[in-house]
Amino acid sequence: MSELTLTVMRLGFLAVLWLFVIVAVQVIRSDLFGTRVTQRGSRREAGRQQQAPRQQPAAPPQQRGQQGGGRRGRNAPSKLVVTEGTLTGTTVALQGQTITLGRAHDSTIVLDDDYASSRHARIYPDRDGQWIVEDLGSTNGTYLDRSRLTTPTPIPLGAPIRIGKTVIELRK
Amino acid sequence: MSSTTNSPTHHTSTIGAIGAPSRRNTELALLVFAVVIPVFAYANVGLAINNHVPAGLLEYGLGLGLLAGVAHLAVRKFAPYADPLLLPLATLLNGLGLVVIWRLDQSKLLQSLKGFSPAAPRQLLYTALGIALFAAVLIFLKDHRVLQRYTYISMFCALTLLILPLVPGLGADIYGAKIWIRVPGLGSLQPGEFAKIVLAIFFAGYLMVKRDALALASRRFMGLYLPRGRDLGPILVVWAISILILVFETDLGTSLLFFGMFVIMLYVATERTSWIVFGLLMSAVGAVGVASFESHIQTRVNAWLDPMREYQLSRQITHDGILHSDQLQQSLWAFGSGGTLGTGWGQGHSDLIKFAANSDFVFATFGEELGLAGIMAMLLLYGLIAERGMRTALAARDPFGKLLAVGLSGAFALQVFVVAGGVMGLIPLTGMTMPFVAYGGSSVLANWALIGILIRISDTARRPAPAPAANPDAEMTQVVRPS
Repeated sequence: MSELTLTVMRLGFLAVLWLFVIVAVQVIRSDLFGTRVTQRGSRREAGRQQQAPRQQPAAPPQQRGQQGGGRRGRNAPSKLVVTEGTLTGTTVALQGQTITLGRAHDSTIVLDDDYASSRHARIYPDRDGQWIVEDLGSTNGTYLDRSRLTTPTPIPLGAPIRIGKTVIELRK
Repeated sequence: MSSTTNSPTHHTSTIGAIGAPSRRNTELALLVFAVVIPVFAYANVGLAINNHVPAGLLEYGLGLGLLAGVAHLAVRKFAPYADPLLLPLATLLNGLGLVVIWRLDQSKLLQSLKGFSPAAPRQLLYTALGIALFAAVLIFLKDHRVLQRYTYISMFCALTLLILPLVPGLGADIYGAKIWIRVPGLGSLQPGEFAKIVLAIFFAGYLMVKRDALALASRRFMGLYLPRGRDLGPILVVWAISILILVFETDLGTSLLFFGMFVIMLYVATERTSWIVFGLLMSAVGAVGVASFESHIQTRVNAWLDPMREYQLSRQITHDGILHSDQLQQSLWAFGSGGTLGTGWGQGHSDLIKFAANSDFVFATFGEELGLAGIMAMLLLYGLIAERGMRTALAARDPFGKLLAVGLSGAFALQVFVVAGGVMGLIPLTGMTMPFVAYGGSSVLANWALIGILIRISDTARRPAPAPAANPDAEMTQVVRPS
């Protein structure tokens, strides 16, 4: 066998061996599984997304949250903290997304609380970035401080929101 | 998204499980690739040594392909959700092993040695038996949690397997290390390879039950959690046994493998770094202590510290009664002459290692003929097997399966380290073999069984979870009644 052929075969073999390693690593990359966080828009928005499926659903609300944060200045709450109930200590970062609370599995904060309804309340930012709490027709009602909510109400910083046995508040 | 949007946007996040898809077709594609590579290597060896494509190319390729196909069908039928990488990786390593053993069979120097017989056909037979064992594991081990019932039986089995080489008449002292048994009519067997798997089962079952006691009761000292004195019991017992192996079987590798596997599993079970510190200290103390009086270990350590002197002694007639061997120096030269890109298949001189060139020192041949680039790829293949094992452990839902997967892949990785470190002169040489590539029936059989168990655990782990029994959303909300 000529020297050249053998050299080509030698280098070719190494290349093929490394190609296998690279393909194997690619398989690992495509094989990631576990939990997936899906962002779901409101119905109207979902309709829009269907018309323009290439839009990335996760990015825009975040941008809006940041813009809102700029306008609201320093007093904007940055997180939601559970202060009473089985989830005490849980914090959820506020990034402009709607937070739903309830016993239903698809809630942002799933309450393990017999006195909470499956879809109990939601907390969302309005156009100015002010966070609003709205009761979703729950059985036992949602309380801001001591008063039961009847309409969507802006949340002052640090005010306790009571849902069943759970109390949450917004903090900076 | 347009900036004129004036509706409040309501985004909610859902956290849902992504079921791992069955990746059998990916596996099949990789498997074809893993069979083609050794066939290419086989043709390359033939062209380099004999100037023509070897006559058995078709048979060899079909044989390996058939075995891989059987293994693949077994996985498809009995473990459809298993990890797609484990089988192709093991097949590729096994195929490369067959090629390198066949290549060393072609060496004139090795053929001239006393007692030479071609090893490649026998290795192909062992591979077939290994694949059969692999399929048997998948068929008969429907659920790995069954093994949990045999926790203490496994312990006795493992101890028996470890003691067997010491039984007079059964054990065989092959060049110093007593890790073999001779079965009349069947040849010799290395029970330590099987003990590895059985011991992993025992450790997993034992630590699953005891890990809370070992993890929680501890004092904090200098940033480390110090276990209570009585919790040191198990690690001391395993340490003592591994020291006994070292003293009586004079094999550093086996000893290191078992103790290391226990420490890895203990660390994973308890999440306490202190166990690793203790383990390293204890193995260092044990190894140094035993080496101070055991002459076989001393020889190995001396050969490791100064391989050149050992090489020169092997060229002279010495009267110290010690068998001097030039193997390690030859192995280092093989790695050195390989350089970055290697000499090419069939063009190295690793046959100068002579004895055990195709078993303990098989990695030196790869080092010489494939070079640094080749052995790095091979070490990555081993690393990927260990990684898939660890990934299986992460995905497993039951603690026993987690610990077993960690133990098996940890032992596998440790064995690769001990052997590769030994032939490269990083640590003293031991009598263990490189999984899958080295010649030897016990090694091939045991490692295929190991892959079989890992595939079984990964199938259970990646199988989509059964649907939740009751939907709590449907439950009634309790009404607060003002009292």
